[in-house]
Amino acid sequence: MSIRIHQINKRFKDFVAVDNVTLELPEGELTALLGPSGSGKTTLLRIIAGLEQPDSGRIEFYGEDATHQHVSDRGVGFVFQHYALFKHMTVYENVAYGLTVKPRRFRPSKDEIRKKVMRLLELVQLDWTAHRYPSQLSGGQRQRIALARALAVEPKVLLLDEPFGALDAKVRAELRRWLRRLHDEIHVTSVFVTHDQEEALEVSDRVVVMNQGRVEQEGTPEEVYDHPANPFVYQFLGNVNRFHTHIESGHARIGNLSIPAPELTDVDQKSGLTYIRPHDFEVLAEKSAENAIHAVIETVLVVGPTVRLELRTDSADELIHVELPKHRFRELGLLQGDDAWLKPLNSRIFLASA
Amino acid sequence: MSSTSTSVPLLSTPDLSHTWKRATDEPDWVRRSLITIALVFLGLFLVLPLAVVLYSAFEQGLGVWYAAITEPDAAASIRLTLLVVVFVVPINVIFGVAVAWAITKFEFPGKPLLLAIIDMPFAISPVVVGLIFVILFGSQGWLGNWLSAHDMRIIFAVPGIIIVIAFGTLPFVARELIPLMQQQGKQEEEASLTLGASGWKTFWYVTLPNIKWGLIYGVILCNARAMGEFGAVAIVSGRIRGETNTMPLHIEVLYNEYMFTAAFAVSSILTGLALVTIAIKSTVEWFESRHNAE
Repeated sequence: MSIRIHQINKRFKDFVAVDNVTLELPEGELTALLGPSGSGKTTLLRIIAGLEQPDSGRIEFYGEDATHQHVSDRGVGFVFQHYALFKHMTVYENVAYGLTVKPRRFRPSKDEIRKKVMRLLELVQLDWTAHRYPSQLSGGQRQRIALARALAVEPKVLLLDEPFGALDAKVRAELRRWLRRLHDEIHVTSVFVTHDQEEALEVSDRVVVMNQGRVEQEGTPEEVYDHPANPFVYQFLGNVNRFHTHIESGHARIGNLSIPAPELTDVDQKSGLTYIRPHDFEVLAEKSAENAIHAVIETVLVVGPTVRLELRTDSADELIHVELPKHRFRELGLLQGDDAWLKPLNSRIFLASA
Repeated sequence: MSSTSTSVPLLSTPDLSHTWKRATDEPDWVRRSLITIALVFLGLFLVLPLAVVLYSAFEQGLGVWYAAITEPDAAASIRLTLLVVVFVVPINVIFGVAVAWAITKFEFPGKPLLLAIIDMPFAISPVVVGLIFVILFGSQGWLGNWLSAHDMRIIFAVPGIIIVIAFGTLPFVARELIPLMQQQGKQEEEASLTLGASGWKTFWYVTLPNIKWGLIYGVILCNARAMGEFGAVAIVSGRIRGETNTMPLHIEVLYNEYMFTAAFAVSSILTGLALVTIAIKSTVEWFESRHNAE
């Protein structure tokens, strides 16, 4: 384990930013800290960097206590959401900065610095911008320079704070794939903060879901997405339909629909909530299956290759959201106002908290 | 701080702009009267006095002007004024940067209070400022006995002049830097620290280049005010001719003695220094706007 975070606490006046967080960040992996704003993910990242002091707890880098080490001695690379490039320096000077400010004894020769900077600029595919100023680059280019600058000091850990947050959707998607490939190439232990679940699931090796200063769940993106530990994680990772449910010895009842719940056999006569993702429904034009909910299509929205439906059930006041591929929707031949039957393919039941 | 004028691009169809008045345009007479008022006031209260100073100074020829400014007491007042500036400007640079840094980068109790009282030297009348320091350091003052016991003179001496002028010009640098540094935030400094730079190197390589123009601007304003300060200096200096009279004080002495040509000659030096300051200030503003436009 390269980085251990042990019982870290941090509060700002009355606001608890980080609430007793213990985490281990595996060496060479890219970990995403995922959570809504105010969940403490950025504060935790800044505590790892040494830009904030925790109120209590320990941070260990490779077995060494780093809790009270100064930022400049920690050997972290930090990439800021708004790049934080030095405006008055050229791209070359920015990337070289970490090397040129080293005390003379540790400073590489001018020639070595030059070689290293150019190699990094090639790595981020921006060697042709060496003599430009940050203001002459686009947002995506600036962020790649910021990354090269952070990598120049060969950090023990690379920390990225919403690195794509200030970029537009297309550049964002390109850059996160690029970051994934780059990480596969250089394998530096990395942590990045994001509120975008898609980004976290796509880029990272591990996802840590945070909420209100606490860790809700950690695991591989697949584990977290397929087996959410609690309702919060379920709701945060993508859209979800929520049904009030009555649990009767191993079965969950939603209206007249009965879903087998083998994990809840010893629970009887309790209320709970069932979560079903929009794409986890099979839409049927006729009542061909026993266990299906009847609903009326209220709206049809075509978004690129997918169709989003809003349906109203006989009993519920809330609408059910369903997503299916466009070609499948065409095959069904359904229109707005038509009757449809929904068969849940995948669901998750949580007992109502006492 | 600096007002940057934006040039309105010409309309591509000039015919239309002639026939159709733009909705945001003021009526012609309003424009003309406003411009006239501005120009008349500028001429009456700025250009005319300036011309009078220069005309009166050189009225009797360059030789008389030169004799007036090289007269020992006049020369002493010029030297003293420049000496004061040499002390006051660095004091204010250090104070201004320290205060701006503390206010914008740290959280500490009493910060709003510090922000509020930083403008106090501008609010208090210079005469009162002079009196405050006389009460503190004068021979009858609180620290008077201790000072005379240690054979130190502050009031009626150069240190007193430096103190009151430094006090009066204290806010200039800080006031320029605080909004600038607030706007810039501390991310670049944080980036520098994570890259392994010490606090001092971060200040030198990152903070200072970012606040350079604001700092120079503050120094220029501080310098201009330091040279012209009158009221507080008049109280603490004791007005000893050739010793504790700065240029403004010396000018007043000459004027009171009906030596008008000499008074205007020394005034022309002070005015000249002010004009040089304004020229530097305009150049800095020009550089700054070019720098910001980059």
